[in-house]
Amino acid sequence: MSAAERDIILKLEDVSKVYSGTVAVKRANFEVRKGAVNVLVGENGAGKSTLMKIIAGVERPTAGRILLEGEEVSFSSSGDAVNRGIGMVFQELNLFGNMSVAENIFATREITNRFGKIDREEQENRAAEFLERLQAGIRPDMLVEDLRIGQQQLVEIAKAVSLDARILIMDEPTSALSAAEVEILFKVIADLKARGVAIVYISHRLEELIRIGDYITVLRDGRITGQEEMKNVDTQWIVRQMIGSDAKDFAKADGHLPGEEIFRAEDICLPRATGGLAVDHVSLSLRAGEILGIYGLMGAGRSELFDCIMGRHGHSTGEIFIGGKQVKERDTTRRIRRGLALIPEDRQREGLVSILSVASNLTLASLSRFARLFHIRSTDERQAVTQMVRELAIKVADPAQEVSSLSGGNQQKMVIGKALLTEPKVLLMDEPSRGIDVGAKADVFRTMRKLSRDGLGILFATSDLDEVMALSDRIAVMSNGKLTGMFDRAEATEAALVAASALGHGPAPHTESTAHD
Amino acid sequence: MTDIPAKAAAPSASSGSVLLTLMKLRTFIALIAVLIFFSIAAPNFLSTANLILMSKHVALNAFLAMGMTFVIITGGIDLSVGSIVGLCGMVAGYLVLNGIDLQIGYTIYFNVFEIALITLAVGILIGAVNGLLITRLNVAPFIATLGVLYVARGLALLSSDGRTFPNLVGKPELGTTGFGFLGAGRLLGLPVAIWILIVVALGAAYLAKYTPLGRHIFAVGGNERASRISGVRVNMVKMFVYMFSGFCAAIVGLIISSELMASHPATGESFELNAIAAAVLGGTSMSGGRGTIGGTIVGAFVIGILSDGLVMMGVSSFWQMVIKGLVIIVAVVVDQAQRRLQQRVTLMQMAKAG
Repeated sequence: MSAAERDIILKLEDVSKVYSGTVAVKRANFEVRKGAVNVLVGENGAGKSTLMKIIAGVERPTAGRILLEGEEVSFSSSGDAVNRGIGMVFQELNLFGNMSVAENIFATREITNRFGKIDREEQENRAAEFLERLQAGIRPDMLVEDLRIGQQQLVEIAKAVSLDARILIMDEPTSALSAAEVEILFKVIADLKARGVAIVYISHRLEELIRIGDYITVLRDGRITGQEEMKNVDTQWIVRQMIGSDAKDFAKADGHLPGEEIFRAEDICLPRATGGLAVDHVSLSLRAGEILGIYGLMGAGRSELFDCIMGRHGHSTGEIFIGGKQVKERDTTRRIRRGLALIPEDRQREGLVSILSVASNLTLASLSRFARLFHIRSTDERQAVTQMVRELAIKVADPAQEVSSLSGGNQQKMVIGKALLTEPKVLLMDEPSRGIDVGAKADVFRTMRKLSRDGLGILFATSDLDEVMALSDRIAVMSNGKLTGMFDRAEATEAALVAASALGHGPAPHTESTAHD
Repeated sequence: MTDIPAKAAAPSASSGSVLLTLMKLRTFIALIAVLIFFSIAAPNFLSTANLILMSKHVALNAFLAMGMTFVIITGGIDLSVGSIVGLCGMVAGYLVLNGIDLQIGYTIYFNVFEIALITLAVGILIGAVNGLLITRLNVAPFIATLGVLYVARGLALLSSDGRTFPNLVGKPELGTTGFGFLGAGRLLGLPVAIWILIVVALGAAYLAKYTPLGRHIFAVGGNERASRISGVRVNMVKMFVYMFSGFCAAIVGLIISSELMASHPATGESFELNAIAAAVLGGTSMSGGRGTIGGTIVGAFVIGILSDGLVMMGVSSFWQMVIKGLVIIVAVVVDQAQRRLQQRVTLMQMAKAG
């Protein structure tokens, strides 16, 4: 036991983090051991990333203590944490696209000569060593924005490894990597482990965790629900800790049959700024009352497809039809009027106006419905708001409250309510369950079922396999901008979806079976 | 107040909310404070004549500040208003004196009402140029309106070769008399300019609160991307606010020319800064999304009363500038403090609840 105690390099005690709108981490106690892979697992929005950002000095805890080798520390910035030997590979890429790979790796700690001039050659040589270990075929003088997303992730990893950190945090490092790249990463991790580095590894790919983890910590809704040595646990234990007693409530299908085709997209293309296509000749059709799930990894082009459908990119090509009639309008405003509505992935940046009230946000997209000439009839508006708040079970004391005071789940319901008030025929939902708690998730799923029963066509994008399997009538798979698979629910298997989700990058190096047709 | 210990959270949260209320009412408190101060310090300050004179001064800035408020709420800025004031004054003066020469031996003269309409149209048109530069050509508002500031001022100077259009009484036989009514006329004992201010202010406040356009102005400033996805025509909203700002500036140009019965091309220089100051003092957030017409009017009164009062006390104009600057800075500092306090109070309530 004392040996194990000695191994603990970093300890969090009763750490909490509150954002406006959400309590992300609640009184977490977390230990990191050196020379080991400390796995952190939890559902979307469980608070994993927040916890790691606290360790890496990006966020400061609202309450609690951080002990580094028994000594209490407080990081005022990530630079502070780096100086104490803590490096992090972020889930969202923190790279400068306009700079070279080497410049990114040595950002803020540039190698300079005696006169303070950056020694470019030396930087590139050193960078090349790290890149060599990752066998990624990336040259240090390449511009980061010219790299594919998986390669960018490798640069991010190289950057973190180059810090020579004692503690290295990896937040979903494999989310955009191919199977072969994952293998290389694991070799690098084993190497670091052997040198005594403490690795904190976050992922929701359970098979990965079990393979490389030594210790596992499970987070649920901001609380730590289990901490064990990996050899003592199995998948079932992990899942039980992750979802708790309140197992995922996907709301059962009610068995209604989809109706006529309500929406069709033909040959949608969106050029990428760096060349190539972000959306690559995608065509699909949707029937009234049908839920079509679009599965794909980060950067597969799902959000971009939705953006094209909503008319957010003037330079996209392709045609869309609603109820058999072509939609010629190219701007968002008129497409909303034609019956399209989008629930964006990034709630804070695209979904809501956080300084306006709940009521104003709800009716923002549908104000013309409540206005006679130019006067907003406030009784009508209030009535619609009250009704929507009740229908979607939005927990809000007073609709005049600012949106930022709501929890994530209630904010998401509000964004859905805003879309529904426009009386859409086709609803596009981009990661509708991201970052919200279990109860709100169940509510959102129930709402989706109810809407489809009412005859709405729903397109929803997700990177969560369970979710896409449980909710969809049909499943489309996207990869690298292409539509790489289309399955009926009956014939879809997880393996087939995963295989299809890697197809866009050329033939996958090793997959069990490409069961898609 | 820098660090609230966790144990003292409950009492400090309630004292925080009292402080919050005080901070929210700061512009009003400032207004009452300057009123009380000057009524004691400056003799005749509270006389009717002086109050009416002051409110005429305030009105000019208040018009510009209202237009500016909408612009700032959308997250922009309009530096061109002072120049629009000057140019519109010159347009009105030119039309009164010269009419429009059709080059075929005829000259059209307009009556005063038509002249006012044309002048307003010019103001709106320049606002539309600002809007087009910002929405279509993607020029940053600061730069676009800075450019228009110079262009409009240059045009005003060109229109008369830098001279003043004097003596705008007009000729009865041409129907151009009566231009002085706007600036010097009175209705029910109040100057016409004040009546116009009341009408425009009520209209603007109504627009902000009860129309889709008003709601969209706030939404665009609060989150432009989310507004776009919600189907708000962001470009149209921006066009409107700059056109409204131009409209307000044109009114000011008319009133000043009418008051002086002359148009000078340098009229309105640096008015834009006073307008921004009034808006900010009234609680408009430079980062967009927040602000009220009422607050802006109060802000304009604080600035106006401050400068008139200081003049009456015989304070040197150099010191006046220093004082005005300090007041603006303090207003913004208090504004920031209020934001932070508000955030902390909400967070603490949430931490307690969750």
